Amino acid sequence: MGKTTAEKIFEAHLVDKPDGETSVLSIDTVFCHEITTPIAINDLVARGKDRVFDPSRIKAVIDHVTPAKDTLTAQQGKIVRDWARRQGIRDFFDVGRNGVCHALFPEQGFVRPGATIIMGDSHTCTHGAFGAFAAGVGTTDLEVGILKGVCAFKAPRTIRFNITGTLRPGVYAKDVILFVIGQIGVNGATNCVMEFAGPVIDAMSMESRMTLCNMAIEAGGTSGICAPDMTTVEYLWPFIKDEFASREAALAEYSRWKADEDAVYERVIEYDVSSLEPMATFGYKPDQVKPVRELAGTKVDQVYIGSCTNGRIEDLRIVAEVMRGKKIADSVRVVLSPATPTVYKMALAEGLVDVFMEAGVCLTNPTCGACLGMSNGVLAPGEVAASTTNRNFNGRMGKGGTVHLMSPATAAATALAGVIANSSLYTG
Amino acid sequence: MKTFGGRVLFLDRSDINTDEIIPAKYLTEVSKEALAPYLLEDLKLEGFEQKRDIANRGVVVTRANFGCGSSREHAPWALEVNGIHVVVAENFARIFRQNMYNCGMLAIELSPETISALFEKFAGRETGCSLSLTPPVLTFASGADTLEAPFRLEGFDRALVEAGGWVDYADKKY
Repeated sequence: MGKTTAEKIFEAHLVDKPDGETSVLSIDTVFCHEITTPIAINDLVARGKDRVFDPSRIKAVIDHVTPAKDTLTAQQGKIVRDWARRQGIRDFFDVGRNGVCHALFPEQGFVRPGATIIMGDSHTCTHGAFGAFAAGVGTTDLEVGILKGVCAFKAPRTIRFNITGTLRPGVYAKDVILFVIGQIGVNGATNCVMEFAGPVIDAMSMESRMTLCNMAIEAGGTSGICAPDMTTVEYLWPFIKDEFASREAALAEYSRWKADEDAVYERVIEYDVSSLEPMATFGYKPDQVKPVRELAGTKVDQVYIGSCTNGRIEDLRIVAEVMRGKKIADSVRVVLSPATPTVYKMALAEGLVDVFMEAGVCLTNPTCGACLGMSNGVLAPGEVAASTTNRNFNGRMGKGGTVHLMSPATAAATALAGVIANSSLYTG
Repeated sequence: MKTFGGRVLFLDRSDINTDEIIPAKYLTEVSKEALAPYLLEDLKLEGFEQKRDIANRGVVVTRANFGCGSSREHAPWALEVNGIHVVVAENFARIFRQNMYNCGMLAIELSPETISALFEKFAGRETGCSLSLTPPVLTFASGADTLEAPFRLEGFDRALVEAGGWVDYADKKY
């Protein structure tokens, strides 16, 4: 019987089976940030077990509130910083070199096909874009991961999504994933891995695949997964060129993680997305999704562009394409946070920053901040945001605020119009 | 091992997410106790009054997909520091469920029919819930009305509850 990607990864990392349905896996890399890690560190210290399983397999960043906004957030950063130094964690990204974890860590080459990754952050599912099993966990799982390099998961049931057809201009990975979540619901993939395949995925860049896998958790998915292919190899090449004689050799090695033809799935769902329109959310759940057309004209107070979903260079290029030579509407404010320092530098070098600033956009340093209403652009009660982030939960970007999730293209068009608008309005 | 049972808080809604259970702005706290006043502060639920309704409870009964969204263990902790060590639902988001057991607490799944029966019989009434772990049975009571609901607590989940959580279990075993 054939195996899915997740089943292959589980088999290769199995440490123990404490019961019939649970697998304790060895974890290749543990990612850490300053919101969920400090309590784990403090608990390890209190238990007299202040050590790590392997400092080279732990990567840490301060990204949620950075630079610190107050004493409490300064303290969280300090706990992680002091710990990284004390434990010899060399891949620690402090203020100035820090970015949104799920954009920064792939960019640094830390994610490989077939790997197991955990982090105390639900959007860890992003890294499945590389053919890895990557799952968000709580602080206790993180703590055990840091100490022992293991984590327990139930057997990975997989839902396969075959995405066929061709995306129309102005329709992106974000629209696809919003559509998928709208179809299956926020409880539609609970306890399941979401494996994305088909010609639309094959044609996507790694950035787009990350956008897609990033929101698997919004349908309850444990990890998103895209099979590794030449696009994956090209993205990773600067980091793996000494490991392989050629790109083809790398592809041959990584291809063993691809799902078998006769793999057994929980469900196989096919969507032809050829007629898909730009999508956006309404309400307070990410499965409340409508075509942008039906929400057009909805007044917004703030547009936010960034996050682990859509703060990568590809996203900023799309925003610049819509905004070039235009001004944002007087009635809105626009906050844009490039997801990493590298993205920021590329945006500068490519002249995108000029386009944003001419349009009237406020550029901030790379941070998660506004997405979860922690800093850097919090909404006032009653305000409405158009956002390229991943959650429209009640109060998510500020108590009493409302969030409409959408693609960077739609967010850019909305910034110019002052109301929710389709990017075709500006790009023809 | 923790103690389980107490007065029931009924939350008649599916998909209650972790931002509603504990808003992100409180994640800057580095102690669990500091979260206590903010439990369910942003819950969107008709008739729910946070300060009045979270006081002195031991058990939450709710619908489907409780704890969806963020991985924050602050959600189970905010329940824990308010004395709520048991959540009963049709199903849970994976990370939230694991976080509960990892903390030695119970995330108990009952059938949609049983959950509906609980709401019909007890919601809006002063209801107590007591638990037996061997065999695993929940007993709900309000006045003369009672309802017994057997539940599943096996293997790894049971081991975590008996060990008082995943850190102690893993530290001994791996």
